[in-house]
Amino acid sequence: MPQLDFATFVPQLAWLAIVFLTLYVLMSRIALPRIASVLEGRRDRIAGDLDKAAQSKAQTDAAIAAYEKALAEARAKAHTIAQATRDQLSAETEAKRVAIEAQLNDKIAKAEAAIKATKETALSNVRAVAVDVAGAIVSRLLGEEADKAATERAVDAALKG
Amino acid sequence: MSAQEAAHGAAAAAHGAAPSGGLAIDPMHQFHINTIYPIHIGGFDVSFTNSALWMVIVATAITLLTISGMGKRSLVPGRLQSVAELSYEFVSNMLRDNVGDAGKRFFPFVFTLFMFVLFCNMGGMLPYSFTVTSHIIVTFGLAMFIFLGVTILGFAVHGLHFFHFFVPKGVPALLLPLLVVIEVISYLTRPISLSVRLFANMMAGHTMLKVFAGFVIAMGWMGGFLPLAFMVAFTGLEILVAFLQAYVFAILTCIYLNDALHMH
Repeated sequence: MPQLDFATFVPQLAWLAIVFLTLYVLMSRIALPRIASVLEGRRDRIAGDLDKAAQSKAQTDAAIAAYEKALAEARAKAHTIAQATRDQLSAETEAKRVAIEAQLNDKIAKAEAAIKATKETALSNVRAVAVDVAGAIVSRLLGEEADKAATERAVDAALKG
Repeated sequence: MSAQEAAHGAAAAAHGAAPSGGLAIDPMHQFHINTIYPIHIGGFDVSFTNSALWMVIVATAITLLTISGMGKRSLVPGRLQSVAELSYEFVSNMLRDNVGDAGKRFFPFVFTLFMFVLFCNMGGMLPYSFTVTSHIIVTFGLAMFIFLGVTILGFAVHGLHFFHFFVPKGVPALLLPLLVVIEVISYLTRPISLSVRLFANMMAGHTMLKVFAGFVIAMGWMGGFLPLAFMVAFTGLEILVAFLQAYVFAILTCIYLNDALHMH
């Protein structure tokens, strides 16, 4: 069994010591600090990025809140303006309507007065014509001049009747 | 071509450097230590061997992964950087779960240990490679260093109070002497169990693979497929074992560290 060849023990131990010590120095002085710094750098970077993301999220939330507030304000304002416009328009319409109605009433009243006057004139003309016609008819039938006063009385009585 | 010749050919192919003239497959040949460059300092033999070569290869691979792999220091890691970061966090979590924050200063050691054992085990899965951790002296050297270090740490943190570690709480006085002896023995056998577990797993797995590879060649075209199928499955299992043993080695180190820092 080559493992129990004592002559090989010293060179193996010697080289084990040399190689292991060298490797230990290389690891502890160079390799491990380097790996540790890279790992730490990455951990810091990730933590920093997470912080930044949280900040950005807070900013976004604030922006959304501000936007929603502005939106609500604008809605309220628009509602007020619309209401005011509606009120104003209906007031104007009402005023115009009243004015036009007054004008119409005025015109109606004038027209009625004119009609009445015309009617009265017509009626009075009708009496005169009736008296004349009645007088003419009587004079043709009787052959003599009719009594004008009697004729007028008879016409008046007929008109009333 | 006889079956033996075929087996020899396979052995030569599998080992890369089979002993000339050997007819049967020697499944232990893969564990031979070959001197590549002889060095002697002060009467000690510190020759550069195939074991040392593979330790250097393993250390280079780990260095490439953890230093060059992290070269770009990308915020979004590439493949190599991901592997390096995953290894770091894997060991870091292991240490934090088992030892807590007090274990932080031992992180470079546990990381180096885990990566070294893992890469030695995995490197051994490559064809023609040498498995550094299949030698008891290597695993025992690591285990003994951990054991001594942890014991010294225990006394440094707790002083003589560390001896209370061997006295279980809530035990009848009559049983206490027996239990203290058992505790001391179990503590002292830690480096042995730690090193033998890793070494035996690695050696047994690789020996098994080589034996079945021999069967594949010996049984030829007619019957070789069965051991071949077994080998494919067993290679998968060996890769799992390679990772698991590195994990066990590292996690036991963490548990021993925790014992030394926090006692029970």
